[in-house]
Amino acid sequence: MASFSVPEKTIKDILPENTLKTLVPQEEVTRVVKTAPSRYRNEIAKFIVHRNLNCKRCGKCAEVCQYGVHVLKPGYKYFAEPKNHLCIGPACEKTGNFCVAKCPNGALQLKENPLFKALGDYRWPGDLILATWKMAETGDVPPAEYGFEYECGNSGGGFDRLRFKFPDKPPVKIDADKIDTSISLNKRGDGRPEIKIDVPWYGGGMSFGSVSNVTQLSKARAAKAWNTFTCTGEGGYMERMRPYDDHVITQVATGLFGVREETIQRVPIVEFKYAQGAKPGLGGHLLGDKNTPAVSKMREAVVGISLFSPFPFHSVYSIEDHQKHIDWIKHVNKRALISTKVSTPTDVDMVAVGSYSAGTHIVHIDGGYGGTGAAPDIAKKNIAMPIEYAIGRVHKFLADEGVRDKVTLIASGGIRSAHDVAKAIALGADGVVIGTVELVALGCVRCSRCESGRGCPRGIATTDPELAQKMNIDWGTQRIINLYNAWRKVLVGLLQRFGMRSVTELRGRTDLLMHLDYANDVGVKK
Amino acid sequence: MPEKYHIKTQPVPPISPRIGKYGMVDWREDCARCHNCVKKACVYDRYRQEADYIRNLSDVDTLFFDCMGCFSCVQDCTKGLLCMSINPEYQKMGNSYWTPDIIKTTWLQAETAKIPVSGAGYRGPFSGKGFDSMWTDMSEIVRPTRDGIHGREYISSSVDIGKKLPYLAFNGDKNAVNASPLVSIPMPMIIDMTSPAHTLPQLNSIIAQTAVNTDIIAIIDSRQWQGNDKQLDNIAFYIADGEVIPKDALKKTRLVEIPDSAKVMERIKEIKKIHPGIVIAVRVELTTGGVERAIKLAESEEVEVIHIVADPNGNEIGASKPRFIKDMTRHIHTALIEKGIRDSITLMAGGGIALPEHMAKEIICGADLITINLPLLIALECHLCNSCKPGMVCPAKLEKIDINYGVGRMTNLIAAWHDQLIEVMGAMGMREVRRLRGDVGRAMFFENLEEETFGKLFGSRKNN
Repeated sequence: MASFSVPEKTIKDILPENTLKTLVPQEEVTRVVKTAPSRYRNEIAKFIVHRNLNCKRCGKCAEVCQYGVHVLKPGYKYFAEPKNHLCIGPACEKTGNFCVAKCPNGALQLKENPLFKALGDYRWPGDLILATWKMAETGDVPPAEYGFEYECGNSGGGFDRLRFKFPDKPPVKIDADKIDTSISLNKRGDGRPEIKIDVPWYGGGMSFGSVSNVTQLSKARAAKAWNTFTCTGEGGYMERMRPYDDHVITQVATGLFGVREETIQRVPIVEFKYAQGAKPGLGGHLLGDKNTPAVSKMREAVVGISLFSPFPFHSVYSIEDHQKHIDWIKHVNKRALISTKVSTPTDVDMVAVGSYSAGTHIVHIDGGYGGTGAAPDIAKKNIAMPIEYAIGRVHKFLADEGVRDKVTLIASGGIRSAHDVAKAIALGADGVVIGTVELVALGCVRCSRCESGRGCPRGIATTDPELAQKMNIDWGTQRIINLYNAWRKVLVGLLQRFGMRSVTELRGRTDLLMHLDYANDVGVKK
Repeated sequence: MPEKYHIKTQPVPPISPRIGKYGMVDWREDCARCHNCVKKACVYDRYRQEADYIRNLSDVDTLFFDCMGCFSCVQDCTKGLLCMSINPEYQKMGNSYWTPDIIKTTWLQAETAKIPVSGAGYRGPFSGKGFDSMWTDMSEIVRPTRDGIHGREYISSSVDIGKKLPYLAFNGDKNAVNASPLVSIPMPMIIDMTSPAHTLPQLNSIIAQTAVNTDIIAIIDSRQWQGNDKQLDNIAFYIADGEVIPKDALKKTRLVEIPDSAKVMERIKEIKKIHPGIVIAVRVELTTGGVERAIKLAESEEVEVIHIVADPNGNEIGASKPRFIKDMTRHIHTALIEKGIRDSITLMAGGGIALPEHMAKEIICGADLITINLPLLIALECHLCNSCKPGMVCPAKLEKIDINYGVGRMTNLIAAWHDQLIEVMGAMGMREVRRLRGDVGRAMFFENLEEETFGKLFGSRKNN
């Protein structure tokens, strides 16, 4: 509870003993970066080095390669398959150590890997997936020589067309360790705990059912290590999550699956999910195949049937109704902050202000291009606006209403990189919620099969006990810890270039952004 | 309460080999026969299934049509020999508008009648041209949504075709206003004629029976009509200029379509004389000047329905800088509102309607209902390969299809589209598709959002 600063006098006045904090001893998870290599035998590479029969096994390639692509194991007569994922490709020609050029027998060829073209999509190109894997493996930014485009995707709009306008040199020189990336989640000053998280992001809701318990626990442990949060999603609260209670947000959504007063009392933040960006207006949907005995027990449902969270909350048709919900949670858990997760309709700004007036601490807006365990394809692309449009209008409306500094604005729905985080903050958010990127760190290739049959073939978004064993908790935790570390480095690097000591200084600084499709001439004297 | 509209469906498997996106898995030399890929890596058991399939093969086939693209076998292969790529046969299907993804999802819906559902987030471009430059709105907290898809609330998708009454007046207890005939169909969709290039032996029979099964209407050229009279309630004849009017058959139909021409008014009078209760649609090709012609026609007292038709990709026909169907529809719709005659005309719009969301978006832009033809052809496993010429072989063997197969696939597709229309209307909080017409307040347009958001920050857009 080191990050929880609670005014003593106030807390005693308002908090009954049993809800002051979780009763379960909290487990420590250290924030240490350790290498966590891919759990697959063959890593996906951009380039392939092909060795033909002219190879005389002279070892020149292994001698010149700086990246360890060529391996001749001691005692072996033949080279092992080249470690293609370590190869930097044609860029190596400039190093003077290009194995293809140095091979005295002309036995090596470099080719683009046809496999790479099958990886990824517009929003998550292969480059971004491989770069995220690298970050999750090393905890660091991918080396420049690999040429990975890890700042944005290739969707042709939104974040992918926004760039920062950096000064030629930083206005002040600030050491990286002096830069503060923490944000506050309670700005209301209402006597409830003033929770700060060390990075301006936390993990999005993924229910047990949509993902495995290994995935949920990995996320929770990483959140603990980084003093941030993860969210249970709407599928119940695993007992195994309890040692991380202080870093868990539990979700109350329309199906109320697994929601009990006791689970609400475990956590420092409770999230009302009114809608989800990937399927706004449609509610949740867990297909029958993923409703295993374990899932059904947690959700108190019948095994094997599809589970729908209806839309909307049929008890909420006004802000006043919403306030009753919030009052209920605040009464049940007197230390909890309330987050309200909504999607991005045209009147999202009004909804945000209404939600603030109802008593929420965090307004969480989830844009139309967010992730999901299962959603109708028609919903993913067509309903509600992308988050890039929503952030600015909500930020401005909250400011115009004079309440911007009394509520935390969190954005989600397509945050894929540290640059996306920074752009969202520059547009006006305080922080972001991430989801898909954590799964990519765990090895997701975005094949979109989370929902069908036994679920994710990679063992991430599955409830199948056998598939879930493809990954272990320690490895999963480390991958996410590493990813967070790499992202924080990128973010700190950005803030250094702007001469900012805190990420909070970046909020709403649209003057630092430019758009590749615009003249960027606003405010320029002609 | 009227009976809910429901389309009976059952799965209709494909008759041609599937074409998967990740259809090519290549073994390089030196396979250790360890079977890691078969036994462990492929959680879908595709390798084993395909091996069985190939063993019993009676036709030429491609390998791995059902590969899910998870890369597990590639990454777990003991010797790193497997390589996967996008199936070139998949990539060459369709064209830049009717993309392979559209064709694949249409096939899936025609087979299963189910709404396509997938995991992970949206994978496509941020926005695009045409219908991809708009988003439908949804309700949040203060505006109630409708839970139609799970059956808890009834969302009506029925529309009336014809001239609506501008007002009611009563003489005693009798209506004193002469009401024009109206045709009601339970879904805002009409099956349009297919192009002559796609004329197939059984196509009209399949389409007619599909219209009966789904209780919508199919437009069929009167010269090609060979069906039975029991289907005529769901048939609208297209009677070309100068063609003899099939009087007996016409009297059993509710809707008829004629092409726009200099003599269109005379033709309308001629048909009304034969069958006063029929509703007449005038087909206006959206060539240059087509939009203005549609508006002009709408001002005429005689015209009840205008069917605007863009090219198959939704573009203005023959224009150097073609407008898209949604923009032309908005223009016509707005002009009719300004003239105060919007409800005296039913606007049917066709061309470029490739996905169910296009149906909803086109209605938002002002159409009362949409017309489709190509999606139904794709439902029959057409690749849109453009090989429909004498002497060319149809890869889908469309000339040999069984009528039950064809009707089943088309019916499934229409049912899936209907369910998806209900999905988006539920999200918008709409209970009636009639009220969706022209309600641009339930949509967000790319150019508006860009201007409101980024235009204020970054000035003018470069490509404006």
